[in-house]
Amino acid sequence: MARSVTTSRKTMTTLFAGTLGLLIFFPVLWIVILSFKSEGDAIKAPLEVLFSTGWTAESYSAVQARSDYPKHFLNSVVIAFGSTLLGLLIAIPAAWAMAFVPAKRTKHVLMWMLSTKMLPPVGVLIPIYLIYRDLGILDSRIGLVFVLMMINLPIIIWMLFTYFREIPGEVLEAARMDGASLREEIIHVLAPMAIPGMASTALLNIILAWNEAFWTLNLTSAKAAPLTAFIASYSSPEGLFYAKLSAASVMAIAPILVLGWFSQKQLVRGLTFGAVK
Amino acid sequence: MGHIQLKQVSKSFGNIEVIPPIDLDIDDGQFVVFVGPSGCGKSTLLRLIAGLEDVTTGSIVIDGRDATAVQPARRGLAMVFQSYALYPHMSVRKNIAFPLKMARVPQDEQERLVEEAARVLNLTGFLDRRPGQLSGGQRQRVAIGRAIVREPAAFLFDEPLSNLDAALRVGMRLEISELHERLKTTMVYVTHDQVEAMTMADKIVVLRAGVIEQVGTPLELYRNPQNTFVAGFIGSPRMNLVEGPDAARHDAHTVGIRPEHVDVSSGSGMWTGTVGVSEHLGSDTFFHVTVKDLSQPLTVRAGGEVDLHYGDTIHLTPKLNHLHRFDDRGLRIT
Amino acid sequence: MATNASRAAARLMISPAVVLLLGWMLVPLGLTLYFSFLRYNLITPGANPFIGWENYYWFLTDPSFKAAMINTLLLVGGVLLITVIGGTMMALLLDQPMWGQGVIRIMVIAPFFVMPTVSGLVWKNMFMNPVNGIFGHLALGLGMEPLSFFSEIPLLSIIFIVSWQWLPFATLILLTALQSLDQEQLEAAEMDGATWVSRFIHVMLPHLARAITVVILIQTIFLLSIFAEILVTTNGGPGTSTTNLTYLIYVSSLLQFDVGMGSAGGVIAIILANIVAIFLMRMIGKNLDA
Repeated sequence: MARSVTTSRKTMTTLFAGTLGLLIFFPVLWIVILSFKSEGDAIKAPLEVLFSTGWTAESYSAVQARSDYPKHFLNSVVIAFGSTLLGLLIAIPAAWAMAFVPAKRTKHVLMWMLSTKMLPPVGVLIPIYLIYRDLGILDSRIGLVFVLMMINLPIIIWMLFTYFREIPGEVLEAARMDGASLREEIIHVLAPMAIPGMASTALLNIILAWNEAFWTLNLTSAKAAPLTAFIASYSSPEGLFYAKLSAASVMAIAPILVLGWFSQKQLVRGLTFGAVK
Repeated sequence: MGHIQLKQVSKSFGNIEVIPPIDLDIDDGQFVVFVGPSGCGKSTLLRLIAGLEDVTTGSIVIDGRDATAVQPARRGLAMVFQSYALYPHMSVRKNIAFPLKMARVPQDEQERLVEEAARVLNLTGFLDRRPGQLSGGQRQRVAIGRAIVREPAAFLFDEPLSNLDAALRVGMRLEISELHERLKTTMVYVTHDQVEAMTMADKIVVLRAGVIEQVGTPLELYRNPQNTFVAGFIGSPRMNLVEGPDAARHDAHTVGIRPEHVDVSSGSGMWTGTVGVSEHLGSDTFFHVTVKDLSQPLTVRAGGEVDLHYGDTIHLTPKLNHLHRFDDRGLRIT
Repeated sequence: MATNASRAAARLMISPAVVLLLGWMLVPLGLTLYFSFLRYNLITPGANPFIGWENYYWFLTDPSFKAAMINTLLLVGGVLLITVIGGTMMALLLDQPMWGQGVIRIMVIAPFFVMPTVSGLVWKNMFMNPVNGIFGHLALGLGMEPLSFFSEIPLLSIIFIVSWQWLPFATLILLTALQSLDQEQLEAAEMDGATWVSRFIHVMLPHLARAITVVILIQTIFLLSIFAEILVTTNGGPGTSTTNLTYLIYVSSLLQFDVGMGSAGGVIAIILANIVAIFLMRMIGKNLDA
């Protein structure tokens, strides 16, 4: 198994992969740098930007002062966390039942649930838009929480199902043999074993909901607009204020970037529906 | 106390009957082994006794009390699972204490019993580790520890050694036998390995396709297998089963002779054959011999020092008092 | 111990999810289908008469539909080509022994977590802007004329941005698949005298085939719905040169308020997505049995 790789070869690989990685990562790095520059410095040539000495956090305060950034941030939080929590609430019992009390039709039910995820959002945009308009929940957090919960529900159920299914049945039987009542079985054995899977599922779902940019752009205008829509407002000439655009972008992606790095494995599982392990 | 009776117990999954009605008596303190090839229903039978599966018909009586509808935990039985089924998120200490905690045993009593079990099972140094940090043999002992602290009426073992490597398996086999000698508690043990059955059991139950083929002590099964299936299953290497004219000469459809009951000679004998592969174990040598008139090669045992090689001619004579005769349905002719 | 009682409980536990998803699927789908047969425009109030296939007729014969279809195909195809080939190579590279693999991996994965509106705007302004963007500065530094990306190669620019977002996804999944490859298989091939190239073609690629198919199918589902990147960069222009099907339907329904026409487009989008979905579901279903 372990064959020694020459140090020089390993160094070459590292250098090559590192350069490539840096290139791919560069845009993210770049906006972090720009966000700490003054507007004047930010539009200079790249090398001048790097070696201009002035570092300032003024763009961050400018973004916060302008355009009620905190409100949009809060909207993002409410929508991402709200839709995830609500989704878990509905998905946990369903996934649980399918994993532990499988019936003949379980597989079909599961596949059908997944198939609803394949529906292109644009195919149902108009009815949802009109229904929301008539209900008066256009541009409302509630409305977005519901939509995002619905579009991610299949993924949540699916992920939970795969996690629950991995809990060995023998351990639950052992608990039963050891005299645990159903309640004790859930509290002492099932929950501790299921919680990591639930946390992973929640994590991935928060990321997906945070970055969702079809429904959030189409169903909000001002009040309930999350960060995706807030950033989109920079597509106007305002976007030419590079430092401020950078600062706003960094604030919008930073939390999710951090969460995302923790969830690489779950990402594969969640987005391939278990088809790649 | 641990007297288990199965009365006309059967199990069906949907329309498929995996266990036709069975009667079985397991006496208090007995070490009973269910043995059979995989898929023979032995694990299902154990799970029926445990209460993890509902019986389809019949009843299970434990210590004179009908336990058919009793919850698994209330049957007073403890089970050791094939995968050990330890609680991965709990330390060894908590794993072993779990059944006590469920039974609302006082804290200090729990601690005393756990320490005691750990001492018996050589787990004292590992009490604060998680199952994931233990070796296979240690996990196995934790699973046993979790079973003994409850002081159950009977232990149920579901292929407990099948996930261990060969050397550990022999060691654990001894430990479980010793445990039985010391506790004198009823043990019901499921395995597909006839060596485990022979070495550990007071009573062996041989199963095939959900049907009990024979029940008896290891030596009874060895000496008087009731049919060709048991004859072939018990004993290692397998009994040679010969059909055709050689069997007809003994008024049987099939005759069986164990490898250890054949005399080997380089001079003369009843059968003449050619040595194929020989397996030298040091104390013994097993020869696989091709005999001209027989459709399949015979396995015979000789002393460790017999010097015969591939292609040599060999003469074999079965010991007639050890010949087993079976009729055309495979049943023993007495 | 699946008793009848627990079966009933299980059904009860599944039902909220089933009811919600069923509603989510049937109600809007039914309405979209229904609207697609109506003359229904939000700025001309009044009766919404049934007009049969007229919306479909106008939607399908509209030159911008043809353009949108071509753009959609180019966008999806281009991004798939770049991400699958690039992702396979990245995965092979990251699977090699190196120092700081974790850090490099994190850098490669990062773009996937950048929200679409941010990546669209950052590429548009900080990189592809001919005056102040980095590419512009680079071109000047090399003595070339800066390229005005979004007016000269608008669709390519968007393909590039979207590929940047999805390359990490392909890389991550293919890397996961690659790491599950039995090392002994590779060693066996090596013992059999296979060169690196033939090991790749005869052992790695067949092993990756399944993961590549999954990447293609899942990305297709998402790529058919690309929207935010177009909205913040080109608004579908110039002309219709970056309008994909999703964006076209958005324009006709939410900008021109033509509900009927937009719905007809929606139905067509659903049919297209379903063609891909059928293949994807078949693969997932197979995996469920295993």
